[in-house]
Amino acid sequence: MLRPLGGETVNDWPETIFALLCRHRIRQVALVPDAGHARLIRLCLAEPSMRVITLTTEEEGVALMLGAWLGGQRAVLLMQSSGVGNCVNMLSLGVLHRTPMPMLVTMRGDYGEFNPAQVPMGQATETVLKAMGTLVNRADTAADIGPAVEATLKFAFHTYRPAATLIGQRLIGAKTFGKE
Amino acid sequence: MLAASGKLDRRELVRALLQDRGDMAVVAGLGAPAWDVTAVGDHPLNLPLWGGMGGAAMVGLGLALAQPARRVLVITGDGEMLMGIGSLATIAVQAPANLAILVQDNEHYGETGMQETATRHGVDLAAMAAGAGIRHTMTVREAAELPALIDALRRGPGPVFAVAKVDAGNLPLVLPPREGALLQARMREAILGPGAALE
Repeated sequence: MLRPLGGETVNDWPETIFALLCRHRIRQVALVPDAGHARLIRLCLAEPSMRVITLTTEEEGVALMLGAWLGGQRAVLLMQSSGVGNCVNMLSLGVLHRTPMPMLVTMRGDYGEFNPAQVPMGQATETVLKAMGTLVNRADTAADIGPAVEATLKFAFHTYRPAATLIGQRLIGAKTFGKE
Repeated sequence: MLAASGKLDRRELVRALLQDRGDMAVVAGLGAPAWDVTAVGDHPLNLPLWGGMGGAAMVGLGLALAQPARRVLVITGDGEMLMGIGSLATIAVQAPANLAILVQDNEHYGETGMQETATRHGVDLAAMAAGAGIRHTMTVREAAELPALIDALRRGPGPVFAVAKVDAGNLPLVLPPREGALLQARMREAILGPGAALE
């Protein structure tokens, strides 16, 4: 189960993100599922104007966002922090072609992590994205989500480049594997 | 259509494929496929990739979903397709009727010294595509099969996945523009009109 760690009790942040994706006319939603994104994914699947594309690896989504933009549609990539590691070289495309590539990353390996395997990539996520020219902002409370995700969408589509919001485990909650 | 080896000539195949191309958009994988499409003639509806190895088919998918009334053709190599092999599953599930993929399979990594790829050792890309669920797959070796190949790639119900076993000779480089922003902007303008740069 996921248990919020930051004291938030009312968590409608997936709905906040969904409303922003609608307002910014996102048509292609590429993703490798993460538990932290489960509610947002259900909302996108139920929205007729959005096409949900489930990927076999996250780097596919980076290439897909270039194709969507070439054809005049806006896309977003939803993934877990571990997936950022799978995207590294493909992010060259966004820098080379000046392509809007908004990414919403649910964190593992930070606040309250249980699984040691998640820590190396989780701790490297922000560094790796920045190293590849991606603007990164974090959302660690429910109040951060709207401004941070909106900033990422605007930065990507208004300035033509990769941008990411990292959604921290303090907000999402940590997977407990039955151990409290 | 045949090289001196008796195998298919990759440039002649692409030349025939792009003749009278209409509004078809073309994504070319890095290396020889990008040189092949440019040898036919640089074109605003070409996106020759200079990097992002493994991503050509997915660029084609994003474009095909965004432009469902337009034919989208991905031309790539066996090494590039192997790196992005999982994308065949993604594409099969999305099943865009307007997307076709041609792998120019020379069984070698041509840009790095002609090292052998897995297809040199029996890996069958068309069988992998069929296994992923792409219904329309083919592998072509003979000149007599080319009209059917070209017809499937240009007009067949997609997604189409075809492998052409081509001669492995390295042909003269014909380089497209390297400026990625230019390549993207000119294709967007060709597809979306002059307002594309103002979005």
